[in-house]
Amino acid sequence: MGRKILFVTTDQQRYDSLGCNGGRVARTPVIDGLASSGINYRRAHPQSVVCMPSRSTMLTGQHVTTHGVWMNGVPLPDEAPSIAENLQRAGYRTALIGKAHFEPFLDPFLRFTENQLANSGEHQRLVEGRLHRGFEHMESASHGGMGNFHYAQWLTKNHPEAVGMYYRVLDLSLQVNAAGGGDTDAPQVLHNPIPRDWYHTDWVAERTITWLDSLPADADWFCWMSFPDPHHPWDPPASERHRVNWRDLDLPAGYPSDVGRREEILDAKPRHWRLWYDGDFVSNFEAPASWVPRTLTDDQVREIEALVHIENELIDEAIGRVLTRIAERGWTDDVDIVFTTDHGELQGDFGLLFKGPYHVDSLMRLPLVWRPAPSAGVAPTEIHAPVGLVSLASTFAHIAGIPEPDYVEAPRLPTTSTEAVALGHERVITEWDSVLFGKILRLRTICRDGWVATACLPGTVHDGTEGELYDLANDPLQQTNLWSDPAHASRRSDLLADLWDNLPSPVEPRRECDAPV
Amino acid sequence: MGTVRRHVFIDAPADRVWSLVGDPARLHEWFPVVTSEVDGATRWVTLASGLRFEEDIVTLDHDLRRFQYRIINNPIVKSHLGTVDVIPDGERRCLAVYSTDLDPEAMALMIAGAAGAGLAKLREMFEGEI
Repeated sequence: MGRKILFVTTDQQRYDSLGCNGGRVARTPVIDGLASSGINYRRAHPQSVVCMPSRSTMLTGQHVTTHGVWMNGVPLPDEAPSIAENLQRAGYRTALIGKAHFEPFLDPFLRFTENQLANSGEHQRLVEGRLHRGFEHMESASHGGMGNFHYAQWLTKNHPEAVGMYYRVLDLSLQVNAAGGGDTDAPQVLHNPIPRDWYHTDWVAERTITWLDSLPADADWFCWMSFPDPHHPWDPPASERHRVNWRDLDLPAGYPSDVGRREEILDAKPRHWRLWYDGDFVSNFEAPASWVPRTLTDDQVREIEALVHIENELIDEAIGRVLTRIAERGWTDDVDIVFTTDHGELQGDFGLLFKGPYHVDSLMRLPLVWRPAPSAGVAPTEIHAPVGLVSLASTFAHIAGIPEPDYVEAPRLPTTSTEAVALGHERVITEWDSVLFGKILRLRTICRDGWVATACLPGTVHDGTEGELYDLANDPLQQTNLWSDPAHASRRSDLLADLWDNLPSPVEPRRECDAPV
Repeated sequence: MGTVRRHVFIDAPADRVWSLVGDPARLHEWFPVVTSEVDGATRWVTLASGLRFEEDIVTLDHDLRRFQYRIINNPIVKSHLGTVDVIPDGERRCLAVYSTDLDPEAMALMIAGAAGAGLAKLREMFEGEI
């Protein structure tokens, strides 16, 4: 019997949302406890700030240029490698419960296996002789009560009156809905009357417990428990709104409430920032196309903050229930727990919401906690070296004691700072590619030595000369772009040279985008 | 308006490929839909999700080898024109092109995805014969 793995992910969660990372509002004692008894990575980045590319990186251990899922809507090929498959072949029982999103959600032709499974009520399928994605049990959920998800099927069957209680994620144009709600008419906000027990966060935890309960005591297992929250829409059960009163909240440090200051900061960044803020350039489907960020108000920022804090508390409590069940099964000493998210959320920073081609801490700095199995005897610590989600696959292989797959592109996560150096955790790379009806925007970003450099590749807005350079220690909010500062030209040049040296070659031809999400 | 285009080269004569593509009632044999029924200038297409599209056949030109259609009477689709061309590339090879102009633009991507899968199947069907 080996070490078991509980891999917990959320969707679109900020680093600073957790108590263990300085958060002061949401109460997250379960995750904070994992951090204090395990390893808290202080500089963890995704390889894409968008769901499908980032999740594909988690599963494959590859950068975006290699797995080729460059944007939401680009399906991860069936033949792509999967660390779950390696674990399953090594004897692990494997499950993914919650949000998968390796394949497009919007699928009227029902072409994709994830959607077919939910639609038919199945939980696994052999595709070309391989267990799809390596999971013997897939049970899906997303951000509401509709769509091709097991959760939506469950809700429709058991509580049909609740299906329409959620915020409608897309509008009639199939764009991210800009309709306002709540107390402040903020986009993607709704007072959701759904009972907490029926909400997707609790459903994911309950289905996880049910699956774990189905396993024999001596099983080795890998369970990916994937919460759809705190990704918008921000519509947690209204019964929980009492937890955080938005009127009591301070504005976040990254939100300059002075419009002049906000626009001054944006104007020092590459042009696509200000163009989106003014509603003049929408390059992707990751935010409501008809919502103009410059209309954002202080109170809307506060209300969204409050709802996110509430969703994060619900997630923390749900994780706690799963850990309690694991303890009741007598497994605690042999269970490794890895907690992270796929990318962050702007959540008011720079006067913006949602996500997009903005490679700053709001979207790139992620919570990442690894609580090794107590039986492994790994000492608690904090790691400040830059690491990426691209290291997760090799980490899972390491935990399971199986050889590191040859398809992975990054070493496992370090357990000490010394090991971080030995394993080569010097830099982390993040990419953005959006190609949408002739509008092209491409970014390549490196973080190393306490600096972040982003090159804007030639496209619709940029000619290849613009970029961003931030000193993370002295400018933690990334409000001062040093890209064009002659005093930092040498550093910029060195960082970009290292970026180009370490960026994998892109898969050719570029994979097609088959849906907006 | 979203404009998308997918294409595939097929090692088969254009006339043979057109004999299938140019028959609107046989769409389900190569495109990822469940049924396709034609009644005069109207086609009804049923998707695996259960969605049903009513379509107006705009062009069926056997000389040009061009088929055009519009999705009509649909609460989401504001404007649409789909075009399928089969273009000879010598005597034994052809180019099949599927273009879509659609409002809402998000839906164009999903049609394009299905078209890509359909064209790939078309190539498999005809190249498998040779």
